[in-house]
Amino acid sequence: MQVFPFVVVAWILGVGLYGVVTSRHLVHQIVCLIVVQSSTYVLLLGVGYVTGAVAPYFFDVPNHTPAVDPVVQACALTDVVVEAAVTAMLLAFAIQAYKRFGTLDPQELADLKG
Amino acid sequence: MTPRQRRWIFLVAGAGLVAFYLWGLSGLPGFGNYPGPYGFAILRVAVAQTNATGVVSAINFEYRGFDTVGEEFILFVAAAGVATVLRRLRGERERPAVDEAAGRGVPPTSSAVRMVALLFTGPVVLAGWWLASHAQTNPSGGFQGGILLATAFILIYLSGEFLVFKRLSPADLTDVVEAVGAGGFVVIGLSAIAMGLPYLKNFLPLGQVPGAVSSSGTIALISFFVGIEVAAAFILIVAELLDQTLLIRRGG
Amino acid sequence: MMEALQITLLVLVAAGATAVVLIRAGIRQVLMLSIYGVLLAVLFLAFQAPDVTLSELVVGAVALPIILLLTLAKVRKREQ
Repeated sequence: MQVFPFVVVAWILGVGLYGVVTSRHLVHQIVCLIVVQSSTYVLLLGVGYVTGAVAPYFFDVPNHTPAVDPVVQACALTDVVVEAAVTAMLLAFAIQAYKRFGTLDPQELADLKG
Repeated sequence: MTPRQRRWIFLVAGAGLVAFYLWGLSGLPGFGNYPGPYGFAILRVAVAQTNATGVVSAINFEYRGFDTVGEEFILFVAAAGVATVLRRLRGERERPAVDEAAGRGVPPTSSAVRMVALLFTGPVVLAGWWLASHAQTNPSGGFQGGILLATAFILIYLSGEFLVFKRLSPADLTDVVEAVGAGGFVVIGLSAIAMGLPYLKNFLPLGQVPGAVSSSGTIALISFFVGIEVAAAFILIVAELLDQTLLIRRGG
Repeated sequence: MMEALQITLLVLVAAGATAVVLIRAGIRQVLMLSIYGVLLAVLFLAFQAPDVTLSELVVGAVALPIILLLTLAKVRKREQ
């Protein structure tokens, strides 16, 4: 039971990678990339969890109650921002690729020459 | 290589990758048994040192503020990149943004969508503003507040008025606001250098009460700048995509 | 020992990820991605991380579906 969240992380990674590799539509591929990246959020938060602890906000709990690790939460926050930025860029590329080559199939795009 | 072969090769290789990944992850000290010294050390000193009760925001904007500068610039560059990649290419023309349907009987947006969008715009702006300005007390922060503020503008577009959306967020003004946000963050850090302190050190008065809105020095200020920068960047990205969809056509 | 809530949410998240990958591209996949974002956000809440919850809600259920739907609209318009 102590390793179950990490099994879920590995499952999400594997499923997302399967989607990326066998995709026939560029937007579907981008969404599967989002899924792959979301596995890292679960991993980060799973590493920092302390059983029976509260969230690291001391506005209404006394100052030194045991809390979960705040550093991995800060890392996960940055991760989410980066995902949004990368997805926006990838979608812009997908639109231009469609305008140039007329297809959104990654397996056909690989054969076209510029 | 046919798609079926590709799929089988991936299933074999993917199983191997996931097996190695699980083998590595099983070396971790189990879920819930966090051993590390770094987290506990920060929890011990954070509230006393910064007068901010939101420890995650204190980490983001003070202890690891330099990483946050990098993260905001990732968003800045993404907005600039989307604008560059989606520029009008040779062989396309951009229709002027005028109301072409004024004379025709276009089916209006459904009243339910319009009412809900307009009803929610005010509260969304308020919520975004609250989130961006309360980073040091509660679970909130500049980034979440910024995107909520941008969502308010997008709600205006959803209620049927693309031209109003363009008029309320002209590209020049949004560009300037985004630059002010990103630049403001850097300037706060540089002004610490001007006082002889390390870059991004918290030099403003820390306030009396931990967790009040005016406490924790530069953390609140940085969170505000990050909020407006993120809002402007997101509005720019959506405006670019909307231009592509509605205004740019093929043909000379 | 993990709480029942956390175990349930982990199973739902795994199922949601599988669903997002197996649905074909289009509005349905974007909708499933939005639901997956909300499931992830509730999971983060159960892991005592409210700040990450807010970020994931705002990004995964609002910002990403907006830009994905705009891209799909652009692509479909040219096909006409």
